Amino acid sequence: MNKKIRILIGKPGLDGHDRGAKVIAAALRDAGFEVIYTGLHQLSESIVEAAIQEDVDIIGLSILSGAHMTIFPKILELLKQKNAEHIIVIGGGIIPEEDIKKLLKMGVKRIFTPGAPTNDIVDYIKSIIR
Amino acid sequence: MSKDKWKKKYSKRKERDINFSNLSKIKINPLYTPDDNEDFDYDKDLNYPGEYPYTRGVQPTMYRGRLWTMRQFSGFGTPKDTNTRYKYLLKHGQTGLSVAFDFPTLYGKDSDDPLAQGEVGKCGVAIDTLRDMEILFDGIPLEKISTSMTINPPAAMLLAMYIVVGEKQGVPKDVLTGTIQNDMLKEYQAQKTWIYPPEPSMRIITDILKYCSENVPKWNTISISGYHIREAGSTALQELAFTLANGFTYVDYGIKSGLPVDTFAPRLSFFFNSHLDFFEEIAKYRAARRIWAKLMKDKYHAQNPKSYLVRFHTQTAGCSLTAQQPENNIIRTAFQGLAAVLGGTQSLHTNSMDETYALPTEKAVKIALRTQQLIAYETGVPNTIDPLGGSYYVEALTDELEKLTLEYFDKIETLGGVVPAIEKGFFQREISRSAYEYQKALEKKEKYHVGINIFEEEENVEIELLKIPEEVEIDQKKSLNKVKEERNNSKVKETLIKLREAAENRENLMPRILDCVREYATLGEMCETLKEVFGIYKEPIIF
Repeated sequence: MNKKIRILIGKPGLDGHDRGAKVIAAALRDAGFEVIYTGLHQLSESIVEAAIQEDVDIIGLSILSGAHMTIFPKILELLKQKNAEHIIVIGGGIIPEEDIKKLLKMGVKRIFTPGAPTNDIVDYIKSIIR
Repeated sequence: MSKDKWKKKYSKRKERDINFSNLSKIKINPLYTPDDNEDFDYDKDLNYPGEYPYTRGVQPTMYRGRLWTMRQFSGFGTPKDTNTRYKYLLKHGQTGLSVAFDFPTLYGKDSDDPLAQGEVGKCGVAIDTLRDMEILFDGIPLEKISTSMTINPPAAMLLAMYIVVGEKQGVPKDVLTGTIQNDMLKEYQAQKTWIYPPEPSMRIITDILKYCSENVPKWNTISISGYHIREAGSTALQELAFTLANGFTYVDYGIKSGLPVDTFAPRLSFFFNSHLDFFEEIAKYRAARRIWAKLMKDKYHAQNPKSYLVRFHTQTAGCSLTAQQPENNIIRTAFQGLAAVLGGTQSLHTNSMDETYALPTEKAVKIALRTQQLIAYETGVPNTIDPLGGSYYVEALTDELEKLTLEYFDKIETLGGVVPAIEKGFFQREISRSAYEYQKALEKKEKYHVGINIFEEEENVEIELLKIPEEVEIDQKKSLNKVKEERNNSKVKETLIKLREAAENRENLMPRILDCVREYATLGEMCETLKEVFGIYKEPIIF
């Protein structure tokens, strides 16, 4: 039995750039994923809350505001506090290489930058969830 | 040789195997001839620059009289950091300022708000009170410079701060020149920076229209913006149609609030994107001018020719930049800047090569500014007005975009107008669909983007980036606290109560906001006060 992969796409903070998040959400939906999109302006707390409630396998955060070094660690920390570290965290947005390295070290599984084909993202998620 | 003969010859040869269409999905013919402009009437369709319907440009002289304003959008860190960048840009020949605010400011939140965590000074400059604005424009004479502020829900507050900075410099209100974006409709559709629901937002906007027409007559009160609609994924056609539809909606609301159309329409300005398809963009600007002029005259019966004008700012397409092979962005931006100039823009921002990574460095932003200066001083393009006017291709495209825009207007009309269409999610759905289709077209290689799906390279991008130190947030919170300690808190409270009453009693908000600003009320305090009366907006989630 193939259970559908459940992913929560989150837009944390005040960042209103939701083009990427929505394109990814639509592409994942078309690829057969169960997609929960939070909408804009979410506190990290509510993203983690929703992820646990919706029992997702993975959280994808879209951050184009430069706040990634604040928000990713916060999400990881909240997951830890709630004993939900099994939920994988990936992300995308305007994020410099140097910061990507730091984020991966902290426990973010993967960061996609502008221009990443949606197929690559679909394949990547399938490869880590199976 | 007859056209048929050429057609025959053409059809015997092989075409390259690509999709010959533009980004609005309009099929492009191999050749345009006089047959494509059969009903062409020079006086009616084009006429002379500065003459109705303004297809060829809004001024009789265009760039032979004065070049476009080179206006780089800029702001980051603390007000002091940005003040230094402004002085740098002015020193290098920039001719106007354009303020980028950080996300908390854009949403009317103070730097110490929980949702502002990690965002202070990141995407723009942080402004909490009048004090920050005084620092931002320190040493910059407001009577000599025009300033554009990209600010929407709290536009009234930032304009008020600017007015008071002017007062303190001894510059009267009626001398100030500049623009506030103040275009809430596209926020609900695309840019997603909102506080209040649409109706109270429209009321604040009409308050500003009224106040400025009486007190700040040279100020552009709304910059009706297609830029963000395009960045969110729309096609050129949707950008054109939705922007103009929004513009006419502001006109409707202005008239409904009791303002005669000619008192405020001359101060409306526009803001468009310049994207990858060169001729499509040029045709878009030309069509915008013609459609606006025609409807302002025929439908709204404006008498002042200034009400007919689409004066516009252009920014090259941020979403067309690539993280891959970032130097290519310099070239991309040059083509886009050239299209804007050929389309008759009044001011221009050219993006920097490093903006898919971070805000631009000084070096990158200087190259972007130089790109405009090359167009202005080397290419000879500004020597003549609307050089592409009369091109069979450009005229046919202009006509086609006009026709399709009017079809969109009908569709919006059947939904009850722009505001009801926003509530039904119409624009949001249209834009999301186009964004997704474009992404799919790239992945199927129906459209190309160099470095993304053609001529890709394995590369290690080494590029110098602007870093916003974490101390910015700490420093900004400190100075906010200091202002709160030093100001007269009971007076602040008093002015905020008056603001609240004005909101409840439908008085014009601007004079009350000015009073709050003078007492150093924070942006967050003013916006929270209005929230209590107006409520907050919740978006329908569509993807």
